[in-house]
Amino acid sequence: MADKAQDRRKERVDRGIKVRTDGVYAISSIAEISYLLVPRLVLIVGLLALPLILYKLPYWQKVLSIICIYSLLAIGFDFLANFVGLVSLGGGFYIGVGAYAAALLNTKLGLPPILTIPIASFAGAAICTLLFWPCLPLRGVYFAIVSLMFPLLAARVIEALDIFGGTDGILGVDGLPSGWVEQYVLIASVLVIVFGLRRLISEDVGLVFQGVKDNDQAVRASGINITRYKALGVFIASALGCLAGGCLTHIYMWAGISQFALDFSIIPIAATVVGGGGTLIGPVIGCLILVPISELLRDFGTLRIAVYALILCAFIVFKSEGIMPYATRKYQQFERWVTI
Amino acid sequence: MDIIIYGVINSATLALMALGFTLVYGVSRLPNFAHGALYVLTGYIAWLLKNRLGLSYPLAMLLSLVATGLIGAAMYQFVLVRVRGMPISEIIASYAIGLAILEGLRWGGLKGATFTLPPFVEGGTELFGVSVDFQRLVVVGIGVLLVAALWLFVNSTRLGLALKGMAQDERAAMTLGIDSDRMAVVAMVLGSVLAGIAALVLLPLGNIVVEAGYYVLIMAVAVCIVGGLGSWTGAILAAFLIGFAQILTVVYLGTHFQVVVALAAIIVTLILRPSGIFGRQKELEERV
Repeated sequence: MADKAQDRRKERVDRGIKVRTDGVYAISSIAEISYLLVPRLVLIVGLLALPLILYKLPYWQKVLSIICIYSLLAIGFDFLANFVGLVSLGGGFYIGVGAYAAALLNTKLGLPPILTIPIASFAGAAICTLLFWPCLPLRGVYFAIVSLMFPLLAARVIEALDIFGGTDGILGVDGLPSGWVEQYVLIASVLVIVFGLRRLISEDVGLVFQGVKDNDQAVRASGINITRYKALGVFIASALGCLAGGCLTHIYMWAGISQFALDFSIIPIAATVVGGGGTLIGPVIGCLILVPISELLRDFGTLRIAVYALILCAFIVFKSEGIMPYATRKYQQFERWVTI
Repeated sequence: MDIIIYGVINSATLALMALGFTLVYGVSRLPNFAHGALYVLTGYIAWLLKNRLGLSYPLAMLLSLVATGLIGAAMYQFVLVRVRGMPISEIIASYAIGLAILEGLRWGGLKGATFTLPPFVEGGTELFGVSVDFQRLVVVGIGVLLVAALWLFVNSTRLGLALKGMAQDERAAMTLGIDSDRMAVVAMVLGSVLAGIAALVLLPLGNIVVEAGYYVLIMAVAVCIVGGLGSWTGAILAAFLIGFAQILTVVYLGTHFQVVVALAAIIVTLILRPSGIFGRQKELEERV
C-alpha cells in the first residue's frame, strides 16, 4: 500500500457543469440553474420548514431557536476569523452585552421586544466595538487571548460592583408574543445575514477585509486605516452576537451573568470548525449538528462540554477543513487517480 | 507588613502557576491552553492514588507527576503535533483538550469539599507579627528552588542547552541537529510536570475544584503576557507585579476584584507595551 501511494496521486478536476455555471452560461438551461439553486434552496426551505416539521415537539422547537442563536454567534466568529483575521474567543461577551442591553431597555424603559432587540443589537455592538477598540492593533494569538478575557472580566465586574442586579440578574423581561414569531424572526435573520455577508465579502469593503487578514501591512501601505476596518468587522460580528443575545434574553425572559458563560464562547467555535471556516454557511451547519447533540446530552450535565470539546479536537486534527468545504469539493469537482 | 509577606507568597504562587506555561511557550511557541487542566488533573490523580489505592502520600505525588508528564507528552504527540505552526488551531485544540479534561472531571464527580490534599507541614508560625501557615512558606521555598533548578538545568545540561537553543532560534538549532519535535515533547513533559508540582504545592491550601483550572490558566496567561511571552525574568517579575497588585486590591477594594486585576494588567500591557516587560523587539512585530 505504501509504495502504491508513492506512484499515484489524486487529481481533482472541476466538473463541467461547475465551470459552465461560473459565468453567464449559468442561465442557459434548467440543469445549470438548478445546479446553482438547489443547494441554496435546500438550506433556505429546509430551515424555514423546520418549525413546521417540529410542530408536535415544542421542546425541539425551543432547541431550534437556540440553534439559530448559536448560528448567529458562529457566523460572526467565522466572519471575524476568516475574513477579517481577528480570532475572537469571547463570543459570550457579545451575547452578554446584547442580553443585558435588551433586558435593561425592556425593564427600565418599558420598550417592547420589537424595539429592544434592534436597539440592543446596534447599541450593544457599538459598546463592544468601543471596548475592543484599544485591543484592535493586536494580532492573532494576542487578540484571541484578550477577547477570551472580556466575558470573564465582564462577569466579574458585574458580580463585584453588584450592578444590573448583581448575581441575580435582571428578572421580569417580557417574552416574545409566540413561539412562531421567535423562531421565524431568528431563522429569517440567520438566512438574511448568511447571504448578506456572502454578498458583503465580495464587495469592495469585503476585499479590504480580506486584505487586512492576508497582509495588513500591505493594506496600510495603500493608505487605508486598518484599525478602522477591524473595528467595522468587530462591529458587524458583535451586532450579530448582540442580536442573538437580545433574542435570548426575551426567550428566557431573564438576563444574568451566566450569559457571559463559556458555552457561548466554545460552541460557536466548535460549530465553525466542524462546519468549515471561511464559508459562512458552515457554522450554521455545524450548529445544526452540535447543538442537538449538546441538548441530547443535557442530562449528563457538564459532560456535554467535554463531548463537544472532543469533537472539536477530532475535527481540528483529522478533518480540519470541515464539512462544508468537503461537501463543496465533492459537489464541484471529481477526483481520479493519476500515475506519476 | 502583612501586605509584604502575603504579597511575596501570592507572587510565588503566581510564578509557580506560570512556570510551566512560559516554558512550553518559550521553547516551542506553543500556547498550552490545557495548562490549567493539567494542574487540576495532577491534584485529582494524587488524591485518587492516596485515598482510593491507599498509597503513601509522597509516592502518590511522584506517580501523579509521572502520569501528568505522560499525558502532556501524549497530548503533544497525538494532537498538537498535527497543528504545529497554526497558532489559532494550537490554541483551539489545546483549549479543547483542557475543557474536555476539566468538564470531564466535573462530570466524573469532582465537586464539593471532599477533595483535599494534606499540606506538607501542618501548622503555622508568626513572621514579623504576621501569622503564616507553614504550607505557604513551602510555596515560596519550592518556587525559589524550582526557578533555581530550572536555571541550572537550562544553562548547564545538554538537554537544557538544546531547549534554550530551540527557544532562541529554532532553525539554527535544527541545523545543529536538535530535533525540534523531540524538544517540543520534552518541553511539554517539563511544562506538564511543572503544572503538576504547582498543583501539589498549592492545592493543599484549598480544595481541588474544577474552577481552579480556569483560574490557573488565566493567571498563567496573565503573568506570561505581562512579563513578555517566553521570557523567564519577565515572567518572575510580572508574577511579583501582579501578585502585589492583587494583594493591594484585596486589602483596599475587596476580594472580588482579584481576578479583574490580572485581566486589566493583560489589557494594559498589551496596549502600552505589547511585547511585555521583557519581551524582545522581534515579538513586537508579531503581535501588533
